[in-house]
Amino acid sequence: MIEVYNLHKEFDGVPVLKGITTTFEKGKTNMIIGQSGSGKTVFLKCLLGLQVPEKGIISFDGRKHTELDIKSHRQLRQEIGMVFQGGALYDSLTVEENIMFPLQMFTENSKEEMLERVNVVLNRVNLENANKKFPAELSGGMQKRVAIARAIVMNPKYLFCDEPNSGLDPNTAIVIDNLIQEITKEYNIITVINSHDMNSVMEIGEKIIFLKDGVKAWEGTNKEIFETENEAIVKFVYSSNLFKKVRDAYLKKTK
Amino acid sequence: MNYVEHIGKYFIMLKQVFRKPQKWSVFRETLFREIEDLGLKSLGIIAFISFFVGGVVAIQTALNVDSPLIPKHLIGFATKRSMILEFAPTFMCVILAGKVGSYITSSIGTMRVTEQIDALEVMGINSLNYLVLPKIIAAVFFYPLLVLMAMFLGIYGGYLAGVLTDLFHSEDYIYGIQLEFNPFFIQYALIKTFVFAFVIATIPAYHGYFVKGGSLEVGRASTQAVVWTSIVIILLNYFLTQMLLS
Repeated sequence: MIEVYNLHKEFDGVPVLKGITTTFEKGKTNMIIGQSGSGKTVFLKCLLGLQVPEKGIISFDGRKHTELDIKSHRQLRQEIGMVFQGGALYDSLTVEENIMFPLQMFTENSKEEMLERVNVVLNRVNLENANKKFPAELSGGMQKRVAIARAIVMNPKYLFCDEPNSGLDPNTAIVIDNLIQEITKEYNIITVINSHDMNSVMEIGEKIIFLKDGVKAWEGTNKEIFETENEAIVKFVYSSNLFKKVRDAYLKKTK
Repeated sequence: MNYVEHIGKYFIMLKQVFRKPQKWSVFRETLFREIEDLGLKSLGIIAFISFFVGGVVAIQTALNVDSPLIPKHLIGFATKRSMILEFAPTFMCVILAGKVGSYITSSIGTMRVTEQIDALEVMGINSLNYLVLPKIIAAVFFYPLLVLMAMFLGIYGGYLAGVLTDLFHSEDYIYGIQLEFNPFFIQYALIKTFVFAFVIATIPAYHGYFVKGGSLEVGRASTQAVVWTSIVIILLNYFLTQMLLS
């Protein structure tokens, strides 16, 4: 479990995160949602250790992020897989080399063993015959799949995704969402997704944390989101008429 | 951010760069790639420029030495001295600062804005060590070879330019380039190149690594990197010459 307690982060004296306390559970797709500027990217970066919080505790299965020495910190980072918004694939490396990169850095496996593992994860993300292609030759959806494959190649305990389906068409977005959820269940890992795509939230959000102006304004599941009376989240989620209608229909049906 | 802050940040960056590589086999592979990108791919331009610079120096000297009291072998002597002392180490390194410096800043800067550096950090890799150390080693060990080649080609370019245009006789030129040969001048040129190579690899890396924003900022950072690298090379050239030759 990832536990966050009283997390504060500020930039040039301007507070961005104001005392966030929450937990992210194993085997679940945990989602951080909120408007642009609500602090969700900063929150994710704090979890990843890319930003250092001013105050607060982040604990990965009892290991406090801020109290680890360099060696333990490196070890922890090797247990983390990350899917960046734009994929963040290395342009000069082929798909195969991109995925093999963490294996080359952190394992003593032979090249054959590494290639075998690369093919396993590429199969897992349903991407075959792309081994020798460069990222620039792939579509957005394929790049995301490669990014997911690279994130899971080291068998991580924690998977973080920053807006994994941004810039994708609705069909591909659903495929990517489902893939992340399947991987979460299959590998029994803690997945944290940063998103403002309401389709994803409703589809795979097993635990949702809603941030507003750097504060946790609501926490619940994708089922509870239909029933909540919390004004902030209702305003955010049901800003579109379609979602309003879906909610009304759901409430009518359950009453 | 003021200059002192930048200088401080630059040295803090160097502290991170000079760490033990995560994996030697990966480091070796990256080093060979950098030797190709930063060194071998610059062979052509350095050969071309040094050859013609040598030619121009020889022609200019020949045209300006019209007094019968000044011996013709002075042309070869002047070409040799200017190529070894200044044109090969300093001029070629300023050219490399433009060519290689902009490449380093834009490649690292693009990695920064597309989150590729973040991806390295998340994996637990010391991104500065992984990205910058091979560049420094490649530049520091390969550029002296480039400069030696530039010296030779510059002197040879001077020879061909003069002989083909009948400005001087080949015997005079060859006598001139052999005259008062001081091996320390080669050493001096290589020491300068060694320092300049370090500057060419690190200042652009600094500008690229800490870039913020998008492609426009990467472009600006590349320009800044070339300007600052050239300024630092010229300044260091002055101080090194003072220290080593005076």
